Amino acid sequence: MNPDTIVNLSRRRFLRSGLAAGAGLTLGVCLPAALARQTEAGPGKAGGEIVAAARFEPNAFVRIGTDNQVTVIVKHLEMGQGTYTGLPTLVAEELDAAWSQIRVEGAPADAKRYNNLLWGESQGTGGSTALANSFEQLRKAGAAAREMLVNAAASRWQVPADTITVRDGVVRHAASQRTATFGELAESAAQQPVPQEVFLKDPEDFRLIGSYLPRKDGKDKINGSARYTQDVKLPGMLTALVAHPPRFGARVKSFDAGRARAVPGVVDVVEIPTGVAVLGKDFWSVQRGREALKLEWDEAQAFTLGSEEIMAEYRRLAKQPGLPARKEGDADAAMTGAARTIEASYEFPYLAHAAMEPMNCVIRLDAEGAEIWNGEQLQTGDQHAVAAVLGLTPERVKIHMLYAGGSFGRRANPQSDYVVEAATIATATGGKAPVKLVWTREDDMRAGYYRPMYFHVLKAGLDKDGQPVAWQQRIVGQSIMAGTAFEAVLVKDGVDQTSVEGAANLPYAIPNLTVDLHSPKMGVPVQWWRSVGSTHTAFATEAFLDELAAAAGKDPVEFRRTLLKDHPRHRAVLDLAAAKAGWGTPLPKGQGRGIAVHESFNSYVAQVAEVTVRPGGSFSVDRVVIAVDCGIAVNPDVIRAQMEGGMGFGLSAALTGKVTLKEGRVEQSNFHDYTVLTINQMPVVEVHIVKSAEPPTGVGEPATPVIAPAVANALYAATGQRVYRLPIELH
Amino acid sequence: MIRLKINGLTHELDVDPEMPLLWAIRDVVGLTGTKYGCGLALCGACTVHSDGQPVRACVTPVSMAVGKSITTIEGLNSAVAQAVQSAWEKLDVVQCGYCQSGQIMSAVALLAENANPDDDAINTAMAGNICRCATYVRIRAAIREASKALT
Repeated sequence: MNPDTIVNLSRRRFLRSGLAAGAGLTLGVCLPAALARQTEAGPGKAGGEIVAAARFEPNAFVRIGTDNQVTVIVKHLEMGQGTYTGLPTLVAEELDAAWSQIRVEGAPADAKRYNNLLWGESQGTGGSTALANSFEQLRKAGAAAREMLVNAAASRWQVPADTITVRDGVVRHAASQRTATFGELAESAAQQPVPQEVFLKDPEDFRLIGSYLPRKDGKDKINGSARYTQDVKLPGMLTALVAHPPRFGARVKSFDAGRARAVPGVVDVVEIPTGVAVLGKDFWSVQRGREALKLEWDEAQAFTLGSEEIMAEYRRLAKQPGLPARKEGDADAAMTGAARTIEASYEFPYLAHAAMEPMNCVIRLDAEGAEIWNGEQLQTGDQHAVAAVLGLTPERVKIHMLYAGGSFGRRANPQSDYVVEAATIATATGGKAPVKLVWTREDDMRAGYYRPMYFHVLKAGLDKDGQPVAWQQRIVGQSIMAGTAFEAVLVKDGVDQTSVEGAANLPYAIPNLTVDLHSPKMGVPVQWWRSVGSTHTAFATEAFLDELAAAAGKDPVEFRRTLLKDHPRHRAVLDLAAAKAGWGTPLPKGQGRGIAVHESFNSYVAQVAEVTVRPGGSFSVDRVVIAVDCGIAVNPDVIRAQMEGGMGFGLSAALTGKVTLKEGRVEQSNFHDYTVLTINQMPVVEVHIVKSAEPPTGVGEPATPVIAPAVANALYAATGQRVYRLPIELH
Repeated sequence: MIRLKINGLTHELDVDPEMPLLWAIRDVVGLTGTKYGCGLALCGACTVHSDGQPVRACVTPVSMAVGKSITTIEGLNSAVAQAVQSAWEKLDVVQCGYCQSGQIMSAVALLAENANPDDDAINTAMAGNICRCATYVRIRAAIREASKALT
């Protein structure tokens, strides 16, 4: 008997398992029918793997084979953020499995079993919710499986279940020195009743949560075997490229496919709602075929404004009050009574997601319906959209979720744009052959669904002691949610919550405060982009607050600390980042240090950036110290990776990220004119994680919005120049 | 017919001599570890070795690869490659992973030439390999780690 384990058991938290009530778990126990059954092609795996003859499948998330492998079915997309490591950690922890026996499989599209618990009955990955919504669900799944294994052992050994312990995948009865592996117990465990209630561990007893565990997708991504949509090849499959119109809103007027069809390897040319698709046996032939198309576009409905005209319109709109997003006290009166007022405006460009793997999708039509292979981020939305195109019921759209070569929000398209495009090509060609739609980098860059342009005007009043007494922020920019399935939930009284998040919930104690919003319509498709509203609100609020601190003659950290008295988690990351960065210690001339703090998706991040400015205005970001509070740190190393990479993604936008339009045409096309961060621009990064007992929150996005204001504030410290427009340019 | 030697095997390919090596490798030979990212040698995702030198397969016509020994991520087996791949794994470099074949090919070529590169040499060799997940901190650390193992 292991006395520790008894103590642990007594400290386990009693919880309804929710197994009967749904909560994403199913009761189906599946046994020997699965004889030598072919598995689904797992993530990044070719299909055809033979599984154990019998298997124990206590719920929708766990399958244990007689080969002692524990398969965790992950309902969220692995796009780099580590969910194929994080979610299995939860199962393995409560199952007391060995990490080495865990393998991962992507879940099929099924909103009843695999919905995002924060999104109702809808399956998808976004808003940094994967771990947060799964935290209890997957621990329960692991705990239920563990209990069934224990009961199977108790029954086999004829001993009371509470005398059995489990550790590292071994079930043990210490008194009789008997042990069994999960694999040995799998068949009999499957005969056990599914528990209606389970106990979850006390966090103090976590063995895997909070420890380093190697990424489950590491090996495959290092040896080239990881399978992405781009790598799918089905028998008879054709590759398709689409000639899209040069302006948003334009359509095909006419085309001549003669020369395109003459290109060797080209098989078909068809018109679809979004352009003209060329199909053939390989990418290169199809690309040459597309170049040979003769096309005329109908641009009667096309969008023809340029970025400068759009921004001019936003500046004009900002002179008028918008719809209220927050109102505290009487900001007008307080402003009038203030000892001094300060005003600033900030401009933000369109941004492309520019994931390394350009958008692509494989689709096959058959008598059953449609089958899709995709870096699938929005299963339920895509099922419905494709079903509508094909005249099917959504459940007849089967989706294989493959690894995504990055997304940053792009693959969760509210209109299912590229997935629907693939479906329209499949129908236009009569479903004769499976189709792989591939976008070139240029197609991807020019397809829209950008982070919107925004214009912010901020005004603050300081009292005679330099304390802010009034704050007014006006935001102008397209609504991301308008016209999407999320509108009903996320647009309240005309205010798109994602346009004002990070501003309307400003944490600083300022008694008189207003935030209002204009959401003009523009013919440029827009979309969420890693950290959504915070991509601009964090910059405007944190750069402006820094300006107020300077005006008040106060240290930026002290100024923030005072105003954050009611927000201990903000304050804790602020203090931690400042302390670790050596805030206040002198830097050589030409260098500067800046700080910013921001909460997004219920995670708190502070960053201190150190910059060196050279004569002529070029500069480098040398070091970034990051402090994060994301509740319980399930996988500390994944958190560190997301802090490093999320910050780098934000830094890329801060330094050079910009999509511009001229007469409605997107000016950028590839990485030479939409430049992104390279290794020589990457600062040294230190990450510090706040110890917390709060439920875990996401880490994929919250590091991204904090770096731009931290760098801008550091540049001010180094040069006395403020930054009012992104990407940053010094003069 | 184009004769290509890839990962030690000779392939006879019925393709246009102008076809970029990337698409011959991916669509014709069927090795998909080498990735398409930009098509213009701007991102490095398609990096392979031609007689040990890193080249961008997306802008290299197959005709230029005739007579060369081409190595892709699937064919890596040198001591340097093993050191690089173990360092990558040990430091959990990857995130989305899509660029990592190219990163590893560039890193292996760097360390094969210079087993002990300083930061400038790492930056120069790796600046053409974009990672949108910005795993650069760990790429740098993994190259140093591999270098330690090799020297």
